Amino acid sequence: MSVPKYWRNIPQRYRLEAVKCIKCGKLFFPPRPVCNECRSQEFETVHLSDEGKIVTFTVLNSAPSKFSYQTPYPIAVIELSDSAKICAQITDCDIDKLYIGMPVKLQMRKLSTEGDAGIINYGYKAVPA
Amino acid sequence: MREVAIIGLGIHKWGEHWDRSLSDMFIDVALKAMADAEIDKIDSMCVGCMTSGLFVGQEHIAVQLADYLGIKHLPATRVETACASGALAFRTGLAEVMSGLSDIVLVGGVEKMTDVSVEDATFALSTAADQDYEGYHGITFPALCAMMARSHMNRYGSTSEQLASVAVKNHFNGALNPNAQYQSQITIENVMNSTIIADPLHMLDCSPITDGAAAVIICSMETARKISKKPIVKVTGWGHATDTLALHNREDFTTLKSTELAAQQAFKIAGIGPRDIDVAEIHDGFSIMEVIATEAIGFFEKGQGGFAAEQGRTALNGELPVNTSGGLKSRGHPAGATGVAQIVEIGYQLRGDAGKRQVQNARIGLTQNIGGIGGSSLIHIMEAV
Repeated sequence: MSVPKYWRNIPQRYRLEAVKCIKCGKLFFPPRPVCNECRSQEFETVHLSDEGKIVTFTVLNSAPSKFSYQTPYPIAVIELSDSAKICAQITDCDIDKLYIGMPVKLQMRKLSTEGDAGIINYGYKAVPA
Repeated sequence: MREVAIIGLGIHKWGEHWDRSLSDMFIDVALKAMADAEIDKIDSMCVGCMTSGLFVGQEHIAVQLADYLGIKHLPATRVETACASGALAFRTGLAEVMSGLSDIVLVGGVEKMTDVSVEDATFALSTAADQDYEGYHGITFPALCAMMARSHMNRYGSTSEQLASVAVKNHFNGALNPNAQYQSQITIENVMNSTIIADPLHMLDCSPITDGAAAVIICSMETARKISKKPIVKVTGWGHATDTLALHNREDFTTLKSTELAAQQAFKIAGIGPRDIDVAEIHDGFSIMEVIATEAIGFFEKGQGGFAAEQGRTALNGELPVNTSGGLKSRGHPAGATGVAQIVEIGYQLRGDAGKRQVQNARIGLTQNIGGIGGSSLIHIMEAV
């Protein structure tokens, strides 16, 4: 991944920065320029909650090249307590004991490495709360 | 708008073709479709291909394919909407004929997937997901569909065995299709005992990696009546809608909103409803997706798709045969070619040329092709004239 591409997403990956439509209140993560409910272009920046629960999940046994050494790993859609939904891996857990509705908390983790130098890509992962 | 007819069909045996290039396969089916229509001249060409760049390192393929087809200076367009690129090429061709921009159009789809490793193919396909907010976290398409399957099971009580019955049915049909990648029947036990790719989906719930191409010739109804010597298939309905790119931005993970909307548009234009369809080709990239699609189109109530498959209602001898070709599961899934192959199958069915898998008295057929997990959906309805 190019440095500028990585750098552009730091506010979301490190700080969970989202936007809230000033007109209708809808929350968007990642931020977007036009609200898909009311078409407003006016937003305020908000920080998402780091607590939520699992909406749905799976455990991958087959992965893209960059993640193949991590299999099996669980991934889930998580609904945060402020109603935003995100996709994240679940870690430090027993993969046989995951369930829909399970409370989780987001933490900053290493997600993958790339290139000969093993440059580390960071971001959020969920752990059992 | 002018009425549009399908007058030529071309497909080849799909599979792992290490001895054939992307253009070899495409030119093969293009020439077959032209021979089937008994024409030697086309006005334009539309090609659907998901990612020739990642699979074979070649972009600008509309030019390459027109060049190799041997028709100098032919207007040629390549379109992309992931795994629905084939249906989008068909829609693009329709627009050309309807508007009068072109009279006879070659519509083709192609994907050459086995020149790269399975890991690299998995990555190439995963680029249809949200790369920054799904791909970055290690998501794959099987994983996204597995999460939809888990939601569907949790809400409606669908079972792994019901999903397996979709794969079993499609392999049964594929065994009757000489152009299918897999021509072997499988059992529920085979599916349930196959490796888990992304829980709850097994390997035999998933469509394979395939090399393949398909093509059709379309033209104005007026021209078809003059030149076609075969039964004419008329295009009577069309729909196209999008949804959020990322799964997590959707409100409901148990349906395909874009398919619902595209189907509603197509039925309205055709002036018919789901119960009028005699045969359908549905995008079963994963078994759960056929279940969800048959609900979203309106063939079955929400939550009933799995039960319907298990009861044989979508089997070749059922009330609504789905994926008589073998579907993506058994015919194979060369991403950009699938949408066109679906049209080819419905064409054969409506002409009465489907051989051992012929649905008796098939008069009206429907195709549903999706990009990603339904980020895009295209529906087409065709009728025998």
